Amino acid sequence: MKQYVIIGNGVAAAGCIEGIRSVDSEGAITVVSKENHAVYCRPLISYYLQGKTDLQRMNYRSSDFYETMNCRVLYGKEAIKIDSAANHVLLNDGTTLPCDRVCIATGSSPFVPAFAGLETVEKKFSFMTIDDTLALEQAVNANSHVLIVGAGLIGLKCAEGLRDRVASITVCDLADRILSSILDKECAAVMQKHLEENGIRFMLGDSAERFEGNTAVMKSGKRVVFDVLVLAVGVRANTDLAKALGAEVNRGIIVDSHMQTTSPHIYAAGDCTEGEDISLGKRRVLALLPNAYMQGHCAGVNMAGGSAVFNKAIAMNSIGFFGLHAMTAGCYFSGEEGGEMYEQTGDGTLKRLFTKDGLLTGFILIGNVDRAGIYTSLIREKTNLDTIDFEMLKKVTTMAAFSGKSRREKLGGVV
Amino acid sequence: MKRVYVNEQWCLGCHLCEYNCAFANSGEADMVKALKGKPIYPRIKVEGTELVNFAVSCRHCTDPMCVKSCIAGALSKHDGAVCIDHSKCVGCFTCILVCPYGALSQGETGAIQKCELCLENACGEPACVKGCPNGAIVYEERDTL
Repeated sequence: MKQYVIIGNGVAAAGCIEGIRSVDSEGAITVVSKENHAVYCRPLISYYLQGKTDLQRMNYRSSDFYETMNCRVLYGKEAIKIDSAANHVLLNDGTTLPCDRVCIATGSSPFVPAFAGLETVEKKFSFMTIDDTLALEQAVNANSHVLIVGAGLIGLKCAEGLRDRVASITVCDLADRILSSILDKECAAVMQKHLEENGIRFMLGDSAERFEGNTAVMKSGKRVVFDVLVLAVGVRANTDLAKALGAEVNRGIIVDSHMQTTSPHIYAAGDCTEGEDISLGKRRVLALLPNAYMQGHCAGVNMAGGSAVFNKAIAMNSIGFFGLHAMTAGCYFSGEEGGEMYEQTGDGTLKRLFTKDGLLTGFILIGNVDRAGIYTSLIREKTNLDTIDFEMLKKVTTMAAFSGKSRREKLGGVV
Repeated sequence: MKRVYVNEQWCLGCHLCEYNCAFANSGEADMVKALKGKPIYPRIKVEGTELVNFAVSCRHCTDPMCVKSCIAGALSKHDGAVCIDHSKCVGCFTCILVCPYGALSQGETGAIQKCELCLENACGEPACVKGCPNGAIVYEERDTL
């Protein structure tokens, strides 16, 4: 009977468990969970603050998940070393877990720059976990003035979640635009305007330099007084275990298309990894829930002796703020890089499609996001645009743009 | 398993399937009360060109991207059918971002809606199939073409 150890208990771990069990119903699975929670939907923490979900509904799987999957979860424990020579994992309480296959699914941690005076701030929070969220919820009230450092996905979802609970929200970022990892300048401006109309104040191209109690002194010299500080500058992949093991690590743990690390029998999945982004043609960290699940599942199948490949990873995000939705995917190559852009604007909508070498490589949609998956699929499948009616598809997402034969396969058969 | 398929050479593009779908999922007993004068939210949509029409609804994929991508754990497979737990959906639309067929859409409440083969409503069998005037939409077992 094989012994599996999964380090981490997020969505990648859930995928790994389900992947293992799709092949091996007997092997012993042990999950090492740093957080004292069953696997939950991490991206829903902002929806929790908005009252759109609750702790019960945030569970990623049903309450009998681990029992049904016949796996043991060690809550509140951390793995401190993987000893691949001795085939065991050492925990922080001194326990050793024997293992034949390991999956590192340790996720990422908030990156907190060394701000001068940060220790003088009384109420400061990250926004990554349920525990962060519950603590933040306790700290705010209708009179709170909140400063969020970081106008990325985490910072802005936090702003949306808090808006109706507090007096004011200011978001600052050193970048000159919001959501700089997924939106270009013009698209970011559209979303920024919408957020401003909904009461969020921005200080862009400027960031906190130091803190004096409840005052942030900005690089520009401006002073921002606040009650509650949220640090959402960025995240770093948790790679220490893999590094100590001698596995190749860059910004994340390097994995191949089987989710194997460069160390034998050691796999990795989720936000801690760095794998191939097929739209970019290079490796990068893609810290996204769908990729975490698919990587975890792939790792699990392979750990159990099956054969799975995950080689269609791209960046993709569906994110809405105060009723305005944006969807993005892939890479946006500039003209100098050989890319071309098609743009369509309408009443409150914006569409940008990025093509290069006869392939769709990326898109940004704001407002109208109907059937966006048709575009995503063209990127993931690297569909040659000459084989479809791309002129039609540029204007409207429809299966009518595919050849009759291709459409009959997609809509007339089992897919 | 049985799925909903459309034979596009027989589809008239009449959109009746959309109305039958919206009615079946409305919870109302009276079609006029359910649909008249209101925007409808069908889970099957007629698409096409001047030359061809066809209706698109969930393919109930063998390995569904939407289920694997759902950030709320709201989508799952039961006996082969892709089902949604509306109480868990927060309306993030990640499933719309990943479905290669454009088969999920925003429902009346802002959460996602999708074809569940009328297994969860009073109709009990796909209303789009039952009401298709030209027999273009069928509910049957198929292999790949």
